[in-house]
Parts: sequence; C-alpha cells; structure tokens
Amino acid sequence: MPGYLDILAARFPGAFTTSVFRDNQRVVIPADKAPEVLLPLLRCLKEDCGFDMLAELGGIDYLNYPNATDRYCVVYGLTNLSTGQRVFVKAFTNDPEPELPSVVELWRGANWMEREVFDMYGVKFTGHPDLRRILLPHEFAAHPLRKDYPLRGYGERHNFATVTRAES
Amino acid sequence: MPVDAIPATDEIAGADQEYLYTLNFGPQHPATHTTLRLILTLDGETVVKAVPDIGFLHSGFEKLGEDLDFNQYVTIVDRMNYISPVANEIAWHHTVEKLLGIELTPRCKYIRTILAELARISDHLLCIGAAALDLGALTAFLYAFNQREAVYNIIETASGQRFHPSFTRVGGLMADVTDEWVELIRKFIREFPKAHADISRLLNRNRIFVDRTKGIGVLSRDDAINLSCSGPIARASGVVRDLRKDEPYLAYGELAGAFKVVCAKGGDCYNRYLVRMGEMLESLNIVQAAVENLPGGPVNVDLNDKLTIPDKTATYRSIEGLIQHFELFMWNRRWETPIEEVYGANETANGELGFYVVADGTGRAWRARTRPPSFIHFAVFPDLIEGHQISDVPAILGSLNIIAAELDR
Repeated sequence: MPGYLDILAARFPGAFTTSVFRDNQRVVIPADKAPEVLLPLLRCLKEDCGFDMLAELGGIDYLNYPNATDRYCVVYGLTNLSTGQRVFVKAFTNDPEPELPSVVELWRGANWMEREVFDMYGVKFTGHPDLRRILLPHEFAAHPLRKDYPLRGYGERHNFATVTRAES
Repeated sequence: MPVDAIPATDEIAGADQEYLYTLNFGPQHPATHTTLRLILTLDGETVVKAVPDIGFLHSGFEKLGEDLDFNQYVTIVDRMNYISPVANEIAWHHTVEKLLGIELTPRCKYIRTILAELARISDHLLCIGAAALDLGALTAFLYAFNQREAVYNIIETASGQRFHPSFTRVGGLMADVTDEWVELIRKFIREFPKAHADISRLLNRNRIFVDRTKGIGVLSRDDAINLSCSGPIARASGVVRDLRKDEPYLAYGELAGAFKVVCAKGGDCYNRYLVRMGEMLESLNIVQAAVENLPGGPVNVDLNDKLTIPDKTATYRSIEGLIQHFELFMWNRRWETPIEEVYGANETANGELGFYVVADGTGRAWRARTRPPSFIHFAVFPDLIEGHQISDVPAILGSLNIIAAELDR
C-alpha cells in the first residue's frame, strides 16, 4: 500500500475507501462525505503527499450501473511529478442538486475541465470563479452526457434561434 | 456566445476604460487554422483580456463512445486530433487493452511504436510549418508539408487510407505490414534529416521569426504544472515528464536507449518551437531503432483468446473463424469486460492523451472520457496573451498547436 494512503487514512478516518485495478490506485469518497472531505483531501494530497499536478478531471454518470449506489462521479487524476505516481480520487454526488466543491483554488487547470463537467452533467462546482457552459451554446437546456439523455437528443438543433445577417 | 455575455471588463487595472475596445477574432480566421473564437479586449494594440469561446466543432464524440463498441469507436477517435490520427487510435486501444488485460505481440508493439512516432513527426511538422506560416515564413511550411506527404504515404501503404486510417484493433492491427512499407520508412529515415536541417536553417536564426517568438507567451514551470500542461508545452517550460520514459508502454521500454527527452527552460514560443524540432529527431531515432529491430511473428494476439477479429481467410474458410467473427460483431456477444474502469494515457505529439474507460460488462464503454491535451492547453492561452500585442496572437496560437476537433470533441 503506497505511503500517501496511510497519511490520508490518518487524516480522514473512515471518509473514503480505496481500490486498485491494473495500475490505477483509486480513492473513493461517497456522496455523503464528499462536500466536506473532498477539498481538504485533495489539498493534503497536493501539499503533503507531492501530487502537484491535476492531470485529469472528468465526470461519469452511474445511473443504473451495476452495483452503483451514487449517481454522479467526478474523477480527479493526480500525478506526482517527482515520483511519477498517479492516484485517482473519485468523488460522488447525487440528484436533485449535484454539487461538489471546486478545486480551482488548488489547480487553476481545473477551471475549464470543471466547466466541461458542469456543461455535460450539470454538476455544480461551488466556489468556481466562472461556471458557464463551455462546449454547448449557453441557451442549451439539457446536460447531454447524462445517461437519461438520448443519443440523438431531444431535437434541440431544430429549435436554435436563427440569426440573420442583419442581426449578427 | 454574444459579446455582452462575457464577464465585464471593468476591473482591468492600468487601462484607460475609455479607450478599450473589443475585437472578435475568429471563429473563421486564417490564423486560427481551426474553428475557435477569441474575444479580445484591446488597449491600442495591447491585449488586456482574452476570453476564448469554444464549442463550434462539438459533435458529441464522447456520447458516441458510449454507443459504439471498442473497435467501432476507433473511427471517431481518429477524428479528434486529425493531424496525427494514428496516435489517437493507439492511445484508445492502449486503454481498452489495459482494461481487458491484453498483452500485445512484440511485432504489433513495434509497428504501433513506429506509427506513433511517425504521427508525432507529422504533427510537429504541421505545428512548426503553420506557426512559421502565420509569422510570414512560407518556405518552411512547404518544406514541412513535403515531409508530411511522405508520412502520409507510409500510413497509406500500411492501412489503405491516408488521413483517417482506423488501423488499430483490439489486440492487434487491421493488417500486417509489408516489406514495401519497411522500405518506405527506410527511405524516409534517409531523407528526413535533410528537410529538418533545411527548416532549422530557415528559422532558427531568422531575425523576424526569432523576434516574434522569443520572450512571447512565457509560461513558467510552476504555471505549467498548475495549469495541467503536458507534452512539448510543459517540457519547453522545464517540466521533465514524458510518458514514454516515465510510464513505458508499447516498445518504448525496450527502445529507451534510442531516444532522449527534449526539454527547455525558457517557456516561450521560441523554446516550444525548439523542443518540437528536437523531438522530431528523437522520434526519427526511435523509428530507426524500431524498424531495424522489427520482430517477426503475428500482429494479433492468439485467436483462441476470442478477443481479435479473425482475418478474412479464417472467417470464410473455417467454422471457428466464422463463429469468432460473429461473436465479435453481434451486440449480445462481443467482449466480456470486467465491471471496472481504467485510465490509460499515451504521450502523443500534443501531450498526454488519456482515456478513462468505464466498462459495465458489455462490449461498449459505459463512459469513454477523453483527456484532450488541446483543451487543456487552450485554457492556458488567456494567461499567455495578456499584456502582449495583437500580432502575437497567431504566434502563441501556433506554438500551442490547438486542434479544434480535439478541443471540442
């Protein structure tokens, strides 16, 4: 077991579970603990365990996934640049108001990646400096990577406002 | 996004509010090369604020990844970074094979390594050529594209397609390569250094090029780490990280003696250019070492593992091959995946291209998240441009090598 997990276990007892698959070490924070624990845990990993880079941040929707209990998940893939270690922190959140603390204060690189998760899943990041849609038009109403959103959409494209040359 | 929807510019310090004006740069502009838009707030010719507006090419690749199976999605992955499509395919199937626990055959590893490095060379050639073109140096662009043509010929010989080859499959490749292919690579290895030297001589000490890139868009080492940069952009800022060395995959572990990691300290556009130029020569060394040590044997893993598509002879001439073919093409069969998830990353030309694949036991991904380097690097752009002149916008855009299809997916 890597040393940083001992530090985390001492600092946040009972707040997370760990799992390993292939070479991916995961730290899983359930939805009831995530709002309080996530930010201090990531800060601990960054400042005390040397995980100085946020390499990856993405969302997952576990609606009707086998054995899943919570619905939305945000995966933070951290890299320790001096040892090359990686750790994946998974934080869960649920309907009706999926919400997680923003990590932009730790890594500014999270800014756009959190906006993308907000755009695609509707997970709100509290404390984000500029939480707007990023890939989809700002008047778009749905969050298309949610599992209950159909592949072909709800016909939004046909309802886009038409801009004439005179108005543009 | 309408211009009035962007955050207000009231709080910009040191600028006379009365003289600020807004310039819309893109989405269709020759210097952006791809479809992206910048809303620049200017004070005279100085950019005081830049707000990127992206999403014009968003076409739901990741949603499609949840609908297509592991082999079908490779055609979509191809179209992300369309400057070096083979590298995307290799990264995608690297992750899928990690999920399924497949160990590739040595020959397949070497062929994929060669293709990944050729893709890196062609990506860097385009990046350097186009960046020089934007700064007024047309000749370097022509020399670069001449060599890109040679790379395309090599990829066409292997796969039958020039731009979007869809060459990799789960557990192997679409087809084995021929001796003719190896000959073409040997020819490329002989001819490329001359073109590389030509480009170097045209640009390295070119007064105009140096003046317009040196000291422009400086990214410090701490910022590069904090902003999640990877690849040549991070290495030009002094971050010594290259997944080919740090997490060896394919044949890079065996070929580790053949190449070095190119780094620089300056972090400006000129250093990014130099790192890319250096990396091309190192890539050529890898290609040479791989092609001279190309192992024999099959390119696909053993057919009895029920993971690879059998070749057409087996499909048409044997009952086992026919069954195996249908097993992998019927929706109620395909692969049996563990109910697990895995992140796999490759060092592509632009940086760390990662895929986070969640599997639910079926042959298609529950979630196929891409870690797109262009997306992460474009987020750095406002930091780099602020305080520079408007004529530096193409220089910095060119040095970041933003590919909009990967940016928006």
